[in-house]
Amino acid sequence: MREVYFYGTCLVDLFFPDAGMAGIQLLRQAGVKVVFPEGQTCCGQPAFNCGYWEEARDVARTQVALFPKDLPVILPSGSCAGMMKVHYPELFHGQPDEARVRAFSARVYELTQFLVDVLDVKLEDLGEPVKVTWHSSCHAVRDLGLKGEPQALIGQLANVELAPLTREHECCGFGGTFSVRQPEISGVMSCDKAADAEATGASVVLSTDGGCLLNVNGTLEAKQSPLRVQHIAEFLWERTHAR
Amino acid sequence: MSDARTAILGRLRAAGGSGPLPDLDTAVLERRQWPAAERVERLRKGMEAVHTEFLEALPATWPAVVRAFCDHEGLKNLLFGPTCEAGVELAKGWAPGGTQLMPYDRSVEAFKDELFTGVDAGFTSTVGGVAETGGLLLMPGSAEPRLMSLVPPIHIALLRASTIQDTFWSAVKSLGWGRSLPPNALLISGPSKTADIEQTLAYGVHGPKRLIVVLVQDLA
Amino acid sequence: MHAETEILFRDSASKALLDPQLRANFRRAMDGLITKRRNQFPDPADLQDLRDLSTAIRSRSLLSLPELLEQFEANCTKNGIQVHWAETCEQANELILGILRSKNAKTLVKGKSMVSEEMHLNAFLESKGIEALESDLGEYIIQLDGETPSHIIMPAIHKNKDQIARQFSQKIKDAKYTEDVDELTAMARKVLREKFLHADAGLSGVNFAVAETGTLCLVENEGNGRMSTHVPPLHIAVMGLEKVVACLEDVAPLYAILTRSATGQAVSTYFNLISGPRGTDEKDGPREVHLVILDNGRSRIYADPQLRATLRCIRCGACMNHCPVYTRIGGHAYEATYPGPIGKILTPQMEGVGVRHDLIHGSSLCGACAEVCPVEIPIPEILVRLRREATHEDVGSNVIGRGTGRTATEDWAWRLWGGVLKRPALYRVATWFATRLGKALPAGAPLIKNWTRTRSKPVPARRSLSERMRAEGGSNE
Repeated sequence: MREVYFYGTCLVDLFFPDAGMAGIQLLRQAGVKVVFPEGQTCCGQPAFNCGYWEEARDVARTQVALFPKDLPVILPSGSCAGMMKVHYPELFHGQPDEARVRAFSARVYELTQFLVDVLDVKLEDLGEPVKVTWHSSCHAVRDLGLKGEPQALIGQLANVELAPLTREHECCGFGGTFSVRQPEISGVMSCDKAADAEATGASVVLSTDGGCLLNVNGTLEAKQSPLRVQHIAEFLWERTHAR
Repeated sequence: MSDARTAILGRLRAAGGSGPLPDLDTAVLERRQWPAAERVERLRKGMEAVHTEFLEALPATWPAVVRAFCDHEGLKNLLFGPTCEAGVELAKGWAPGGTQLMPYDRSVEAFKDELFTGVDAGFTSTVGGVAETGGLLLMPGSAEPRLMSLVPPIHIALLRASTIQDTFWSAVKSLGWGRSLPPNALLISGPSKTADIEQTLAYGVHGPKRLIVVLVQDLA
Repeated sequence: MHAETEILFRDSASKALLDPQLRANFRRAMDGLITKRRNQFPDPADLQDLRDLSTAIRSRSLLSLPELLEQFEANCTKNGIQVHWAETCEQANELILGILRSKNAKTLVKGKSMVSEEMHLNAFLESKGIEALESDLGEYIIQLDGETPSHIIMPAIHKNKDQIARQFSQKIKDAKYTEDVDELTAMARKVLREKFLHADAGLSGVNFAVAETGTLCLVENEGNGRMSTHVPPLHIAVMGLEKVVACLEDVAPLYAILTRSATGQAVSTYFNLISGPRGTDEKDGPREVHLVILDNGRSRIYADPQLRATLRCIRCGACMNHCPVYTRIGGHAYEATYPGPIGKILTPQMEGVGVRHDLIHGSSLCGACAEVCPVEIPIPEILVRLRREATHEDVGSNVIGRGTGRTATEDWAWRLWGGVLKRPALYRVATWFATRLGKALPAGAPLIKNWTRTRSKPVPARRSLSERMRAEGGSNE
């Protein structure tokens, strides 16, 4: 039986645990054994992005140490997967444990990427008709090179209509610390994204990223919009698992 | 040697190269190739899209085509280079009356004001064309000075179909421009234009308002 | 050591966000440029090949920069172009003043040059009694209003037709009010023709400098560049030292990707190759051509192997066209010569990372810029590096102002963050508090209040994922 590690990520851990559970269950549904090492905290991206590389490395090291076996490491987040896969090698360049970290990075996958490109899962839609829209997280597309894996999964669900955003690829304005360091610009970008989502007529906005979800959800709630935001893992699990 | 020069080059040298020179894979340019007839079509399409006007001609008839255009437009005069091959051919058999041929045969200082206000059109030859995007290649010089294709409101350019190259890159190689250039050479793709006012296209800003290409069909 | 007066990007950006006309103008303009560029690149694989080649050409040029500059200078000199070097903008301005005075030049007509904006050349010359008149229509428009460019390719992109119409009718002699674009253009043509005809000198930038043949390549659509460089008896060109490439064959793909990336044109109206003043037999052209090569911090950027990528830039503007921040605030909010993503990495390196710390953080690192950059400058990666430089003084760095953006508060914040997150037991305690008491966190707390300006307070789940997985048990090795 295929075996993988699962890395929850701090935002999923704290704010979207259902999404994390859903991700694990989707993998199990596909016949994969999921190992969830205890002691996971954060990939270190916030400190890395602010130039506090020693602190980021300290934290990153402790994460890497939790995944010693040569198994894929699956993350329900494009941005954290990007950090671990693309930026860890940069962060550890010239460090004594660079080789070990690179070997780890090579095993990192974002969840939808793994479901489509490696497992080639087949999903059966058990839900009622619904219209959704997709917000592609910047790091998922640009760092990881995600090319439509989430849409492919949504596309397998017969009763789900995907109404695209006008500006699917435009940043939602989260950007981690950007959201609090440049609140005015971030606020405007978030409002624009929320308005775009509302204009699609969808009843739910889907995304791979906890940061985007927190940001857009918070904006929609502040506007008192009936539109919900949901992590794609949670959505896919809800639609496909027999009750 | 200036202090600034020494200091700047010194700093650049001190920085060191850092790495081997990357290879240049020019396949992306090389594969842009078309048969001769298609090159003509592509050039024409590209240039007409930016408001260039085309007149068809044959090797023996092009001077008459130019003349007919001038008559039709009621042009007062046509500036041309009297010593170049095309100029000589143009002048030979140019009927008196109507549009006056005006030779650019002295320094611009001798007639600058007239050039700017009293010349209706300029006629130049070309050394080639670019099919991929559309465009004419010119080598101004003593025989056909630079301002002929810039100052008068109409520029008439003679283009022989056989001289059209696939891309600017292949033209540069074919013409040897990579090794040696005169003081001025250029590519012209259409009449002058701008989109600076609310991104709305307007033609005839500072350069010619109209570009007329006399296309000589000389493909074998 | 603390930063000298920091320039707060947040302040200028927030002001711009409140201007609905600016927002609408830029959104419309950027959308148009994005679409036009996309239409020029229908084949993604072909585009990537072109980008790869362009990146390799620029990288190669930079690797041999000192040798190429010397070769370029030698060939320019052979061609009769007089080459001058300037370490600073002040030196460059003085050099140009000297050249103009040597010819008793009182009027200078300008083709578009961002380097001359960097030098604040116009203001300098005006202070010395020399009129410097912009002839590119966009530059002419903003000069009438005493403004600076808000975009590196389309300087007047922030202006509406009616604004321009009003300006022309007020500032051009005998001009009537019209919003017709062709009529406005004809007015400008008439005014500037006079200037081209009578100017004592012309100034241009340089899009590409060719070492092998000593050639200056100029890209333009209007014809004002050719006018400025061929009609007056004196032509002065200014360029940043990074612009040189080995040969004209190298220029061809760069030219192809430049016009497509910048304005979605396959080719510009004119591509002008200048390799000397009026030749002995020529009947027109300038009697003298001078070139000023400007450093202004570029050699310092060059010295850093990672930051050197900044110098690959061919000034197409695609990065700002695609930037979600630029599109919402426009170019003036950057308070710098170069706006947008390229400006975000260039300005701090030229002026100091402490002074411009806020600008460096004015990005969500979305990467839209790097995705379209024709020469693959890794702008987000460089921004992260500059954020590092702002708060730390690393051995071997020569970045201006390094470490001057460091604050004790931020140091402690990250130390605390790291302290908790590398200790699973502490993290467990922290998340327990967050999940049990998270609702109680005041929306007005520092940082939280920046979030809650436009969003509801984020509320942690009742039980974290780790807690639930622990309860599930048996999933751990």
